[in-house]
Amino acid sequence: MVKEYLKLDKIQGPLIMLAGVTDVAYGEFVKITVDQHELRYGKVIKIEGDYVVVQVFEGTTGISTKNVAVQFTGKPLEIALSLDILGRTFNGVGKPIDGGLNIASTFRENINGRPINPVARKYPRNFIQTGISAIDALMTLIRGQKLPIFSGNGMAHNEIAVQIVNQAKIKGATADNFAIVFGAMGVRHDDANYFKQSFEDSGVLDHVVMYLNLADDPIVERISTPRTALTAAEYLAFEKNMQVLVIITDMTSYAEALREMSSIRGEVPSRKGYPGYLYSDLSTIYERAGMLEDREGSITLIPILTMPNDDITHPIPDLTGFITEGQIVLSRELNQKQIYPPIAILPSLSRLMKDGIGAGYTREDHVDLTNQLFAAYSHVQDIRSLAQIIGEDDLSEIDQKYLAFGREFEKKFISQGQHENRNIDETLDIGWKVLRLLPREELDRIPPEMIDKYWEV
Amino acid sequence: MEIKGNVTLVNGPVVMGSGMGAFKLNEMVTVGNKRLIGEVVILEKDLATVQVYEETEGLCANEEIISTGAPLSINLGPGMLGNMFDGIQRPLKKIETISPNFIPEGIGLLSIDTEKLWDTKIIVKKGDLLESGKVYGTIQETASILHKLLVPPNISGKVIEVKSDGEYKLNDTIVVLELKSGATHNLTLVQKWPVRKGRPTAERIPIYKPLITGQRVIDTFFPVAKGGTVGLPGGFGTGKTVTQHQLAKWSDADIIVYIGCGERGNEMTNVLEEFPSLIDPRTNRPLMERTILIANTSNMPVAAREASIYTGITMAEYFRDMGYDVAIMADSTSRWAEALREIAGRLEEMPAEEGYPAYLPSRLAQFYERAGCVRTLNGDEASVTIIGAVSPPGGDFSEPVTENTKRFVSAFLALDKKLAYARHYPAINYLTSYSSYVTILHDWYRDNVAEDMMYIRGKMMKLLQEEEKLNEIVQLIGEDVLPNDQQLILETARTIKKGFLQQNALHKEDTYVSLQKQYKMLKVLDVFYESALGCVKMGIPLTTIRQVPVYQDIIKMKYDVPNSQINLLDDLMEKIKISYDELRAKYQG
Repeated sequence: MVKEYLKLDKIQGPLIMLAGVTDVAYGEFVKITVDQHELRYGKVIKIEGDYVVVQVFEGTTGISTKNVAVQFTGKPLEIALSLDILGRTFNGVGKPIDGGLNIASTFRENINGRPINPVARKYPRNFIQTGISAIDALMTLIRGQKLPIFSGNGMAHNEIAVQIVNQAKIKGATADNFAIVFGAMGVRHDDANYFKQSFEDSGVLDHVVMYLNLADDPIVERISTPRTALTAAEYLAFEKNMQVLVIITDMTSYAEALREMSSIRGEVPSRKGYPGYLYSDLSTIYERAGMLEDREGSITLIPILTMPNDDITHPIPDLTGFITEGQIVLSRELNQKQIYPPIAILPSLSRLMKDGIGAGYTREDHVDLTNQLFAAYSHVQDIRSLAQIIGEDDLSEIDQKYLAFGREFEKKFISQGQHENRNIDETLDIGWKVLRLLPREELDRIPPEMIDKYWEV
Repeated sequence: MEIKGNVTLVNGPVVMGSGMGAFKLNEMVTVGNKRLIGEVVILEKDLATVQVYEETEGLCANEEIISTGAPLSINLGPGMLGNMFDGIQRPLKKIETISPNFIPEGIGLLSIDTEKLWDTKIIVKKGDLLESGKVYGTIQETASILHKLLVPPNISGKVIEVKSDGEYKLNDTIVVLELKSGATHNLTLVQKWPVRKGRPTAERIPIYKPLITGQRVIDTFFPVAKGGTVGLPGGFGTGKTVTQHQLAKWSDADIIVYIGCGERGNEMTNVLEEFPSLIDPRTNRPLMERTILIANTSNMPVAAREASIYTGITMAEYFRDMGYDVAIMADSTSRWAEALREIAGRLEEMPAEEGYPAYLPSRLAQFYERAGCVRTLNGDEASVTIIGAVSPPGGDFSEPVTENTKRFVSAFLALDKKLAYARHYPAINYLTSYSSYVTILHDWYRDNVAEDMMYIRGKMMKLLQEEEKLNEIVQLIGEDVLPNDQQLILETARTIKKGFLQQNALHKEDTYVSLQKQYKMLKVLDVFYESALGCVKMGIPLTTIRQVPVYQDIIKMKYDVPNSQINLLDDLMEKIKISYDELRAKYQG
């Protein structure tokens, strides 16, 4: 007979406290029956002698100190996994919310996962062609990489994510060994529906697993959502050798949920009220991406976050940028110029691209061309600020050429259609085409022999 | 006898136990049925607070806490070079064989391999008197590094028993000492040392020679000394890790300890893949043979991250005591400070600035002060150099970790977001960085490189500073309206940046540059400036000066002149002089 505790000592926010509890493990999964019929779940977050603090996933509304029966399961929060999860939709703790049956499987995994041993990792090197020029050429996505999209409210991050999902060509992925894991934390119903509709339109819905915690769902569940999603991804990638693309959105809501919990627990806050362990916490999500030496599968992770007030130095984008392998930053300015995708080239970067592009991977001229485009576009910014002061007409001839280059670069290279799928050769050729607006002597990042080969069409 | 306590509180990595009055502060303990490893951090009456180095999920109240009797210590002996450890010296390859792919908790205290046989030469004989720090045996650990077995600090005595040369395991006794007290002490191939305590030396000696890194902006503009301390701050994406990797690859230290403290897993994998195939230009051996890696990635337990810095520096000091020059790269000290903050928060300590504990500055000072140039107990000259990366939030250098690091380091290499955006790598800002070793190392450069090296360096620095001032004007009125001589300053500064400061880590010839080549490149720039200045004074417009073909050769010299043929730079200097002489002659005529 499993022991049940029928009396609570205290209820505060999403937390319940019990006294006189024995044999409870830290992190243990808890079942809470409210009014004898409604089942809720929780997790032990603090043990102090026989006093236990439990965080309730579904919230504590309707709970009194006397109308509950609390049962400690003796196990951490685990989810059942099998290939049947493909095509299904779950909530943040892995319960089906699509009206289907529970997943029947004896294979269960703790959603917290374990750190990958660095010696067991395989260094990611395979280029993923997304068909988006700005990404493929300048911040190349690599299989097994974690590359977030730093966006702002109202910008086209969802569209970009969907375009990546639809167009991504992952090496080793065939029609039946690729999967998409989608985790939504605190996003609006509309956004979740947009993703679902897009997956359906492109006919990949059978390969998608969704973990949804929408804006009006309980925040405690929001904290477990990305973990549940990544546990499913790890299963598919490392147990079933699939190529998995994970999209989790919106990390900002996630971090805010974490802050809310932290403040309820009375912890010492650090920057902007976020808990001091925000970095460690985020890393236990992001670092689950990658590849293993002895497995065929891979987890490529694209987290989306909206920068509060478009501020890249805000703790959430800041700490994310320190953990992820680069970032794709969206620009309000380009967005206002009606440029899609509005990718801000200069602050964006992919740390893994240096080992996954060039001869043998993409094309021999890729590395140098990228450097030249970055350097030239960076120079354009200086000239633009000069032009604002002295006027465009008074600029020197060469500066005017740079301005022309900058305009064409934004119009022809960055800008493209939402369904326009450019292969890497097309992308690099466009890069050369806009560079030809500059005098040849200005190309100081490309070796002369490479210029000789690609300058003339 | 084992002393035991019982778990009463669990809060993440912080665990409290009762019945622990006999435990010592900073003692290493095992916690719970899984025997997680922890360290006692607070003692109060019967209660002790323990910081646990592993995931505590599943831990119950009343499980046992068992003492080990010793503070957090690591094993020092052969078997560290070429290996990768976690923050408390557990070998990750060994863990991989126990539990594939993922790191489990409760694997216990592992350390360097005790089963491996080492071919040991014993260099003492019966009756010898041995002081602490003296060498009693040697092992050729890798082709480039001779591992010296040292009498541990605070031990000295007469040799009463000696084994013959041969193959021994780590814990085999090879020499027995009779101490002054009359007791005996067995010397094996290994000794233990508590990580939070610096190893003793005979004396500190003044710093006088550089750590040559092959990176132009560092060696020439902001030199680092052997035994010095360097702070390397930069926001994300400014190239801290690439710079640290470059230093680990090319610095002329004998041993490199690379600490990946709370950083990315793939970066450590990259080092593991890349270093064994890279050849050390000085020894012609794989770089991995002189490298020790410590990887406590961001998702590994936070308390072990706090310890990793100390584990690394203790290993470094051990090799220093053998007489080697050791360099430590700590990437990143901010993650270590955050680990301090996280634990302090869990201990409910009063926070100071930005939530960091008030003892942050003193801990930073203690760490950086373990660097230095010393005379070892054995009488050798040796050094530990610390290069600490700092990751300021939002790239804002006024935050507590950067601010306090600045107080304790002598060289400050500030990585700049704007330079990184323009793909100017290494993105070390040449105006805000500084190195107080410029003066200290002046004589060394004079005697070992060239009389005028530091003089030309100063001249180039001045041009860069003037350029910065002129740029403010240019931003208002454009470049073309400036007088010719000022335009030349802008042009020369651009040439210095493109041709000298920017260095391509991925280019075969450019990734490492010898000091001699650096000097000659600098000289080329000086010759160009002086020749062009001569032309400018005659009223020749800058566009004409720029069109002289030799100008392109200057920018490309870093790629065109291999390290083995630096005399080509002398030819280039001649060519510059001739070209501009001709230009002047043409104008005169």
